[in-house]
Amino acid sequence: MTVDAPAPPTRRAVVPQHHLTVARRGSVFLSRHPRLRLSLLLSAPLFWLGLVYIAALAALLITALWTVDSFTGQISQTWTLDNIAAVLTGSLYQTVTLRTLGVALLVTIIDIVIALPIAFYMAKVASPRAQRILVIAILMPLWASYLVKAYAWRSVLSQGGIFEWLVSPFGGHSPGYGLPATIITLSYLWLPYVILPIYAGLERVPDSLLEASGDLGGGTWATLRLVVLPMIWPAIIAGSIFSFSLSLGDYITVNIVGGANQMLGNLVYTNVGAANNLPLAAAIALIPILIIFAYLAAVRRTGALNNL
Amino acid sequence: MKRSSTRTRFTAGALSGVAIVSVALLLTACGTSQGGGTAAPSEAQAELGEMEGSVSLLAWPGYVEDGSNDPTVDWVSAFEDKTGCTVTSKTYGTSDEAFSLMKTGDYDVVAASGDASLRLVAARDVAPVNTDLIPNYAGIFDFLKMQSWNSVDGVSYGIPHGYGANLLMYNTEVVTPAPTSWNVVFDKSSEYKGAVTAYDSPISIADAAVYLMAHQPDLGIKNPYALDETQLAASVELFKNQRINVGEYWSDYLKEVQAFETGDTVVGTTWQVIRNSLAEGTPAEVVLPEEGATGWSDTWMIAAGAKSPNCAYAWLDYIASPEANAQATEYFGEAPSNAGACEFTVNPDHCASYHAGDADYAAQIWYWSTPIAQCLDGRTDVQCTDYSDWTTAWQEIKG
Repeated sequence: MTVDAPAPPTRRAVVPQHHLTVARRGSVFLSRHPRLRLSLLLSAPLFWLGLVYIAALAALLITALWTVDSFTGQISQTWTLDNIAAVLTGSLYQTVTLRTLGVALLVTIIDIVIALPIAFYMAKVASPRAQRILVIAILMPLWASYLVKAYAWRSVLSQGGIFEWLVSPFGGHSPGYGLPATIITLSYLWLPYVILPIYAGLERVPDSLLEASGDLGGGTWATLRLVVLPMIWPAIIAGSIFSFSLSLGDYITVNIVGGANQMLGNLVYTNVGAANNLPLAAAIALIPILIIFAYLAAVRRTGALNNL
Repeated sequence: MKRSSTRTRFTAGALSGVAIVSVALLLTACGTSQGGGTAAPSEAQAELGEMEGSVSLLAWPGYVEDGSNDPTVDWVSAFEDKTGCTVTSKTYGTSDEAFSLMKTGDYDVVAASGDASLRLVAARDVAPVNTDLIPNYAGIFDFLKMQSWNSVDGVSYGIPHGYGANLLMYNTEVVTPAPTSWNVVFDKSSEYKGAVTAYDSPISIADAAVYLMAHQPDLGIKNPYALDETQLAASVELFKNQRINVGEYWSDYLKEVQAFETGDTVVGTTWQVIRNSLAEGTPAEVVLPEEGATGWSDTWMIAAGAKSPNCAYAWLDYIASPEANAQATEYFGEAPSNAGACEFTVNPDHCASYHAGDADYAAQIWYWSTPIAQCLDGRTDVQCTDYSDWTTAWQEIKG
């Protein structure tokens, strides 16, 4: 093995004359124009954002202002506010909107109530090993298909199903298919999405604060209420955004276990599929979008959006 | 400070630029989507030419099986071997989807139910069919030929494929005595509160209209798909009273199978194939009630601008043949249209259980048809309610 030692320079090295290739000229140009550089860098993601989010929303809004010719099934592009007016004034849409809101709120509350103790145990009580196992256990249901889980609840809640078998010794009955079944199933489906942010929020609460609170005479409940809760409040809101928005848009679960009830998603679905009335469906779809925007605007003040 | 404000301004500018561009693109795209009707040949093909080598089919799931879903279910390969026409197929989920897909002009042949076939004819998307070019047409039951859903003004627009009725199914242990009328799901449905079901589609409103034809003759309903405002309101009223007692509506037939097996549902509309799919020992029976029933009868039609008309005719002839008709209708669970098909079904009782060829049974069925503003029963003094009215009504029934 010989090592090639660099030959000592016999004369002063000349700065190599670079060929001004197109690429080089381009990069020189870009380095002199930082704004252009930035806009080129951002154009791809911004284009995507624009196409997927802004254009889709704009298309929805525009479609809601059209009508459908009932005989030919063609969309006629005459501007009209009829669909929006129908959605705002129709008693059907008001009832269904209230029902959907109620379901989404109840699911969110139930999930938070269940998630808080579980997340607290995971973050503050369990050993690191148990913690990992619990996180895996909570993520595990997410590996199974949403449909499979909904159908599993269908058989659990049926007459003579497992639920009936469990509660009948105490004189209880299965709720059957209906809104209670929908709320139970949705609460189950979205629980992991609520536990995880709350768990993450609790992990950031230093143990020393809990000890300090105890040293200063704070009882368990006072510590939880005055120290822990204010610190994890943004995490709770973050979790609630998941369960609330996912419930608001759901139409499959209610179809499987909801009995004869329908939610906003079902109205959109039947107007797109069975009725071939895309404009009305678009107008209905604006309701949950407005609700979510209002909710997000309200929670933005809590700082929860930084926790997502 | 200055730098950050410049950046903010820049980002905001870029964002609004993107937004403007995308909205502009969108508006440009919007202006050009007005579709024109394809020019339909007013006359059917007179004679067959050479096979084109391929044919494109649009059909309900289970109508065109080449073994890719289930290796034992294949009637397409035999057709390809025989005619040299390679089959490509697409399935659709609703009649509306079929209607809009046919507008693309990508398909040579479509299998359409009565709630799509007339619209396809009216929109000039399908061509008249010369049945003389289809030898197997002779074997088709006479009571299916030249009906209102497959012919217009005496011109045939397709070949009948198969048909079935929307029946009444009941749990034999709970619903006693055995019902003979639809009143168990309408006027007497409160006896089975929470365990009544109905097919979840606006077209179900015709079920109530069939019932009202028998029980409230003064409403003057002549055809359950031609309802004026009063008649629609009466049908909707009937369904709204039923709604209180409905446990759930079904559109996925497996959902109804399961609900009857567990006993969550004890009475409601059904298809014969659902009864046949119930687990052994489920106490359920079906009946065609005395008022009659709604049903479907599907038709193979040829696109107006078909690229492969000869292969299309070959397919229509093939699927109407006793062997292929038996395979396809038995797999789907409906009565075959070809009288000879009954000899080729795997289950020797298939034709009997689906009442194939029973003209009296078939006469009691009001086949699905799209309600349109121009009354289908010939009335000209009133406007009838159309399918979009029915859809709105159905959503209000469900509440």
